Amino acid sequence: MATLRVNPITCDAHGLCAELLPEMIGLDDWGYPIVDGRPIPAGLVEHARRAAEACPTLALLLERERSRDERSQ
Amino acid sequence: MSSDGAASGKLPRLLATAEPGRPTGIDEHAAFRGPLPWADSRAARARLLECVDESGLRGRGGSGFPLATKMRAVARGRGPRYVVANGAEGEPASRKDEALLTMVPHLILDGAVLAATTVGADVVSVCVKADSRQAVDAVAQAIAERAAAGVDPVEILLARVSSRYVAGEESALIHHLNGGPGKPTFVPPRPFERGVNGRPTLIQNVETLAHLALIARYGAPWFRQLGTDDDPGSVLITISGAVANPGVFEIPAGTTVGQLVRGAGGAQSPIDAFLIGGYAGKWFSATPALKLALGHAALRAANGTLGPGLVYALPEGSCGVSETARIARYLAAESSGQCGPCVHGLDAIAGALEEISAGHAPVGTHEWVAYWADAVAGRGACHHPDGAIRLVSSCLEVFSDEVDRHEEGAGCVALERV
Repeated sequence: MATLRVNPITCDAHGLCAELLPEMIGLDDWGYPIVDGRPIPAGLVEHARRAAEACPTLALLLERERSRDERSQ
Repeated sequence: MSSDGAASGKLPRLLATAEPGRPTGIDEHAAFRGPLPWADSRAARARLLECVDESGLRGRGGSGFPLATKMRAVARGRGPRYVVANGAEGEPASRKDEALLTMVPHLILDGAVLAATTVGADVVSVCVKADSRQAVDAVAQAIAERAAAGVDPVEILLARVSSRYVAGEESALIHHLNGGPGKPTFVPPRPFERGVNGRPTLIQNVETLAHLALIARYGAPWFRQLGTDDDPGSVLITISGAVANPGVFEIPAGTTVGQLVRGAGGAQSPIDAFLIGGYAGKWFSATPALKLALGHAALRAANGTLGPGLVYALPEGSCGVSETARIARYLAAESSGQCGPCVHGLDAIAGALEEISAGHAPVGTHEWVAYWADAVAGRGACHHPDGAIRLVSSCLEVFSDEVDRHEEGAGCVALERV
């Protein structure tokens, strides 16, 4: 299960994330991202990864929660 | 046996030896309070944590978070830990921390050192605002007295820090102690996981540590003799505004605002509203406010917050809208400038409130304020914007008639006495 989060300190409102993943990221009046923090639908995970990689300041973070299987190992 | 009258459970407790302009020295402190019980074995540490748990002591810097929970989290961390005594809380109107630092520094240091030995830290940093000359001197002197007496098993350092509003925020303080600017950082990791020098760090307001120093000596039942079940113990409140004797008062938690006002000599003029919890707190109309109990749990139940224990009485004839505009502009200027939503949002909100206050704003401008408040909530790295939003939203609610009057160009309460 993966989610997106913005580091608001590193973010400089370049806006690439909202272009690459409009389904989950919008921009406020000043160009800063408003991120849907819910689990990323499976079909969008690859797009989310690309959006995180495209961020010029690496402010967009793709965070994974370890599954129960992974945790018990 | 100590001669501490506070041991009997009455007030004053923290301020029992307090004298303005003169810090209580180490000998007087030791004679009055009695010995500090060290947590010098695993069993003793566990007993102390249980005692803190039972006391129900919550952080007095604004978080209201249970101290025992924080201490346990840090104690569970890996490697050596660190303790920070935060005397740099940034609210301009708050005087309680300065009162403790300048008058009873040894009580704070007792609590800090006790916390350190309990969680497994070998060093304590006491953070004091650099431009609080008296506080810096009092703490430096107290540290020197303890070093000369060789009483502490841990090292105590004095750190002079910025007085800026957000510099006392916990991640900002740790950022500064780590050699960076006194600006908040992105979390996680939180201080209890990785703080100063990467160590699990317990950071607590100096008042909280002072209470700890007494709870360790006299126990949890003693602490709970004052206050209520949900808000036990005593608490320091700074009251300012239209009261006869503004200042710092130590009161039982759960004391009502009305009782506090009477204790502060009563209202100097009819009071229109109260700001409770400081600049990140909320406005309340006077009538319901007087019945509010000053405690973390009680205020949360009333949808407010105790914050760093601040009560401000706004007299009738003062304009709550222009007060709020002034505070909002201050908060906008005190943003650390790191996060877009905070920088832009607080500036837009302050600007709109200024226009409303000056009578230049068209009808409906306050809806922009509400819109920006919604847009910015939770989108900063720290809670600075959230506090501002809480304040501003309460203004729109409590002073809604005044807001309407201003927008309709129908005058202002502050101009009626001219």
